[in-house]
Amino acid sequence: MVLKVFFPSCCSSAESGILIGRWISEQNSAVVLAVVHFPFIPVQVKQYLSELQRVTKVSVSVLGSWNNSKQEKEESLSEFLEDLGTIFSHEPWIQISKEGDSKFWSCSTLQKRSNNHREEEIIIVYYDQRKVMLSCLHPPLDTGASTAHEAEDASRLSAIFDTVAKSKILFMTDKYDDGPIKLTHWQSDGVEASIIVELMKQASVPACMLLTFLLSLISGACKSRMLKFWPLSFLWSKLSTCEQLSHRLQHLQVISSNKKAQNQTQLMRKANIFVSLLIDVALGILLMSWLYRKNRIGHLADTLIPVADHVAEELQDLLQWLMGAPAGLKMNRALDQVLGRFFLYHIHLWISYIHLMSPFIEMILWYVGLSACLGLTVALCILSDIVALLTFHIYCFYVYGARLYCLKIYGLSSLWRLFRGKKWNVLRQRVDSCSYDLDQLFIGTLLFTILLFLLPTTALYYLVFTLLRLLVVIVQGLIHLLVDLVDSLPLYSIILRLCRSYRLAAGVKFRVLEQQDGKPLRLLMQINPLSYGSVVQTYRLPTYSCYPKDSWTSLCKKLFLGELIYPWKHKGEKQD
Amino acid sequence: MEISGRPYRSASGAPLALRRRQHSASCRELALRRPRLQLRSLSAVTSAVWLAAYGIFVLSENSMVLSAAIFITLIGLIIYLHFVKIDQESLLVIGSLGIQVTSSYASGKESTTFIEMSRVKDVVINEAIHMQKVIYYLCILLKDPQDPQGVSEVVPLFQSSQPRLDCLMEVYKSCQEILDQRKEAPQSSEMK
Repeated sequence: MVLKVFFPSCCSSAESGILIGRWISEQNSAVVLAVVHFPFIPVQVKQYLSELQRVTKVSVSVLGSWNNSKQEKEESLSEFLEDLGTIFSHEPWIQISKEGDSKFWSCSTLQKRSNNHREEEIIIVYYDQRKVMLSCLHPPLDTGASTAHEAEDASRLSAIFDTVAKSKILFMTDKYDDGPIKLTHWQSDGVEASIIVELMKQASVPACMLLTFLLSLISGACKSRMLKFWPLSFLWSKLSTCEQLSHRLQHLQVISSNKKAQNQTQLMRKANIFVSLLIDVALGILLMSWLYRKNRIGHLADTLIPVADHVAEELQDLLQWLMGAPAGLKMNRALDQVLGRFFLYHIHLWISYIHLMSPFIEMILWYVGLSACLGLTVALCILSDIVALLTFHIYCFYVYGARLYCLKIYGLSSLWRLFRGKKWNVLRQRVDSCSYDLDQLFIGTLLFTILLFLLPTTALYYLVFTLLRLLVVIVQGLIHLLVDLVDSLPLYSIILRLCRSYRLAAGVKFRVLEQQDGKPLRLLMQINPLSYGSVVQTYRLPTYSCYPKDSWTSLCKKLFLGELIYPWKHKGEKQD
Repeated sequence: MEISGRPYRSASGAPLALRRRQHSASCRELALRRPRLQLRSLSAVTSAVWLAAYGIFVLSENSMVLSAAIFITLIGLIIYLHFVKIDQESLLVIGSLGIQVTSSYASGKESTTFIEMSRVKDVVINEAIHMQKVIYYLCILLKDPQDPQGVSEVVPLFQSSQPRLDCLMEVYKSCQEILDQRKEAPQSSEMK
């Protein structure tokens, strides 16, 4: 089989020494992690490697020798390196040698146990150690859940990424350390660290503790018995602001927990939530500063009452139109007048209610606008709730119209069955034939005729109010869609993909470097980053999203029958 | 070792050039190059759009139409070069590592997929009925982890070039020579 040697590109100019790394025998590949330089004592090297193996659980061993001769070939050195093969018995013993500044290295293997010396083909694959160490392959394998069988099937790429990632501690010693072993790897010129990151790590511990304490106070206050009385709990469940606030509270609890993130997914989730909260609050404060500058919120409050008045007047005009001959249709005069007057009275009540509230509106709005500093999502939810409150009368009219229409439709269908001599059997849930008395038939047919001729009037009222209600529902739905977007977008992952694309790897790509006959094949392994679509899909934050619970056909059916529709269903709500 | 491009045709009649390179005994690269963007067609489309915009401007006396037309042409060209126009599709087969499929776009963007050899079952030529004609395409069959004899996924190759059967047979033969090597290797290691 072909022998593959994964060589870190940072060790290309290292001095002569021996190669340490991991040998993956199932795939006939050697992953070189570092080069140990002369002078060294073999016993100490073996001790160091066993210590490393115990800590990282990666089977690191001596793989072979590396000969970087700047001048002409030194025969004694190459013999010495071959003799090392007997001390550090590893099967096969890989010997790589580089002359001067040549790009083309020669690589050979010494197999002691096998009898037939076949000329194996050797492929040298260069890889960037730092990038492979930091990167994370998608789809991620759950190391906890994998059985031994799956571990065998694990792709060679994930084995290589795993090996380099787990050997982080090997890369912590640099050339300035006074140890018995001198290594070359990507960090051997000096361990990298960032002061800002260290300071933030130190500062985050007390900040997290403070935040946890505050959150426990707030959640304790929220769970108190006072807020659970019936009218209040009903109100809280209907207002979307409360849902959004509790959702954000949950997010804060996730961030401020003391447990370190176990794996990559949890870490990314925490980071995404943190960035999402930050951006949300920043946008909210921006919105707030825009609203309060030049007293825009005062202007908004001033225009609110006239707008509500205008809407009510438009509704009155609409009802007057319906009470006449709308679109040339002839309505039943009496029913028309009754329904029209009923709804007009409601509008009159609504207008007086609004005028009662008008002196307080500005103050309420001013204080409610302050809560925009909690986040843009909260502000949008408040807007959606205000829209719902202002159009409450439309909702009421829709319910009245729908109930009336529904009643009429059910009555009509039942009397139609009577007309044909059939009956609905509740026990068997089917239509059965039934013999009616003559007077039953007579009254039934009379009622049927009356309901049938009153149908157009009711249907028209129902249609008009359903359309208005659907308009309001669509506006609310759009606002909630926007809130969902801000809630669930994984901004940290997207920025990571933009700036440090090697951290999120969908796979690898190989580039064939210059070749020379007789020398092993040279390939460069680069990281193939994940596409933006898969980044968003993998790291989306779960939300209490509202999605339409009915398909188009069932929605149309419900509209036709007059059943009340609540098109947006929140996750976690019980089915009615 | 390189064998320079021989003229082949795509399914729709456009000329294609196939280039084969043998990097080593177990590594081969096959690249299919498509005809580049012609200046003729580019200027034809641009002049048509600008003439239409000028016509609308004369009718409506709104100069925004002209700037909008320029904007649309520029954006459309950038989108076309970066997302639509594929210049070259290549296949890199490295025995014992895997198969890499690359598409290079006219703007220089390259989109690469690498499939490991342990997931590859075979490379075959399939037939497909598309509208009124039968076309041949090369595809990679991937193994199903649960069922050793089954195929979990079919990855079609050279989708935008759509070469004809003669070209596909060349590519197929090259691939099979490398894939045969991996079947020999485990047998010889068992014989040890």
